[in-house]
Formats: sequence, structure tokens, C-alpha cells
Amino acid sequence: MTAPADKREWPLWEIFIRGQHGASHRHVGSLHAPDAEMAILNARDVYTRRKEGVSIWAVPANAIAASSPSKKGPLFDPAEDKAYRHPSFFPIPKDVGPM
Amino acid sequence: MTQPHDPKHLFEFLLRMGDTTLILGHRISEWCGKAPILEEDIALANTALDLIGQTQMWLGLAAEVEGKGRSADDLAMLRDAWDFRCALLVEQPNGDFGQTMMRQFLFDHWHLVQLTALQSSTDDRIAAIAAKAAKEATYHAERSADLVIRLGDGTEESHARMQAALDLLYPYIGELFTPDAIDNTLAEHGIAPDPASLRPAYDATVNAILAEATLTRPDSTFAHKGGRTGARHSEHLGHILTQMQWLQRAYPGATW
Repeated sequence: MTAPADKREWPLWEIFIRGQHGASHRHVGSLHAPDAEMAILNARDVYTRRKEGVSIWAVPANAIAASSPSKKGPLFDPAEDKAYRHPSFFPIPKDVGPM
Repeated sequence: MTQPHDPKHLFEFLLRMGDTTLILGHRISEWCGKAPILEEDIALANTALDLIGQTQMWLGLAAEVEGKGRSADDLAMLRDAWDFRCALLVEQPNGDFGQTMMRQFLFDHWHLVQLTALQSSTDDRIAAIAAKAAKEATYHAERSADLVIRLGDGTEESHARMQAALDLLYPYIGELFTPDAIDNTLAEHGIAPDPASLRPAYDATVNAILAEATLTRPDSTFAHKGGRTGARHSEHLGHILTQMQWLQRAYPGATW
């Protein structure tokens, strides 16, 4: 459960920026804004001042479900010794580009 | 046949553009580090930097046109109040955040119609500066309109403050649209638009936004004048220059 929001504080938004066409949106940080429209404008001013992006996503922070840090062991450790899951045994054609 | 225009007129016009963006840029920078929230702080600083960047282009061209070996920095830092040609609107104090946004909103929409018209200037250098500045001004105008609507149509308190800011600043709008002999000459040569010709487009946009913001436009045509001509600046300009020019005055030629 999230704590009841402070009425004097604007909601928190997580900001994702796409750096160039074809690349995926990447999380860059968070900010406060009263609504989605202002979140986009604020993100433009806070996170794209140095021409970092061509597209912005703003997601309400409380809409993000996160895995629990205490479950790190059971969630991630079992993948540790399963090298065969990596596709590194296949040569990747140059035309594919960044993966 | 139209007479070739006096380069002094062009110089005056460029000062009007550059001084207006310089003084407003400085005014907004006064919010740096103490705006209501971090996001607004950065947004205002960005706008200030955009305006100072535009100043560099306008005053740079002014210095070139003047041809007396002065630079944009010389014009910005070594002239006194009576030589400035900024509009009175931009000299006005920041007041509270709402007042700052109201001033910005009233300015941005003039700036946008002015820059749009200047893009078809017969002087290529002016058209090029206007094209670059118009992109920035478009964003500024969107942002300030958005905040005026939110604050105007917000709480009882924010509405009252925005209406008071509009009543206070409205008499400074007229100057932006009042031509003098210099404007007429430049308009004749297609270098800059007749300021009065920009008014209908400005009124249409501003009226629509004020209506959405539930704010009432003052029913008056009274306009303070004297900033663009340099005849009668408000008392605020000298105070701004004192702070802005202090370093160059105390340590002439200092660089870093």
C-alpha cells in the first residue's frame, strides 16, 4: 500500500526519454507535476536541456509495480549459472544493428 | 520612390529587440534558485538563457550595423539607462510568481507574432535571427499560457492574484503596438512589421487564453510609453542595470 498522498505535494512522475529514433525510452529520473501535461513540459525543461531526446514519456510513479529488494535472491540468483540462456553462442549479422 | 533607410534606424530597432530580451532575461534570472518548485526554477532559468542567447544575436547585429567597433557585450554592459530601448513591460518587477508568469505571458505572445513577422524581413540577417528565436518563443508562449490558465482558473487565491497581475501589467501592453517614425520607416522598407499590424492577432490569442483562465481583460486603452524610444524608462531600469552591470563597471574589461 502507498502512504496517503500529501495534499500539498504534487504527484511524482517517472520520466522516460528516447534519445534517438529507433532506440527505446530510457528512465532518466523523476519529477513533480500536477498532471500529465505539466509533467511533459517539466520533463522537457529538466531532462532535455542538452538535446538529450526526441520523445518523452511521463508515468505516474504510483502506477509502477516494483519487485521487492528482499526477494532479490529467489528472483534473480537462479539465472546465475545458466550461461546457455545467453545468445552469445551465435554470430549476429552486422545488418541487425544494436540489440 | 522610397528613400534608402538610415542605418541609425536599423540600429535603434535592433536595440529595441535586444534590450527587451536582455532586460527580461535578467529579470527572470532573478528567480534562479528561489522559484516555487525545482521544476519551475529550471524552466525559468532555461527561458532566461534563451532570451540572453537571443540578445547576443540582436545586439551583435546592432554592434555590426553601428560600425563603431563596439561589441554586443559593450552594448549590454556599458550603456546607461537613457540609452536602453527595452519595452517598459519587461522592466517591471517580478512580484509574486503569478505576476512573473502574467508578464511572461503578455510578452511571449507579442514576441511570437513579432518574430513570425520578422521571419519575412527584407533583411536576411534579421529573418535568420527571428527564425531561430521563434522556436524558443513558441515554447515559452505555450508554457506561460498554460500556467496563466491554471493559475487564473485555479483557487480563489490564485485567481485573485492573477487578476491583480493582469490589471497591473495591462497598461504596459500598448507600447508594444505603438509605432513611431523609426517603426514607420522600417515597415516601409519591409525590414520590420508595423507594430500596430500585430495587434489583431495578439488580441485574438490573448483574449482566448484569458477567457479560458477566467480572467477579465481591463477595459482601457491607456498605455504607458517611453521604453522603446528611451524617452521615459520606469525607475526600475536603473536598479536592474546597477546589478547587471556592476562587475563590468567595477572591473572594466574583466573576463573569465
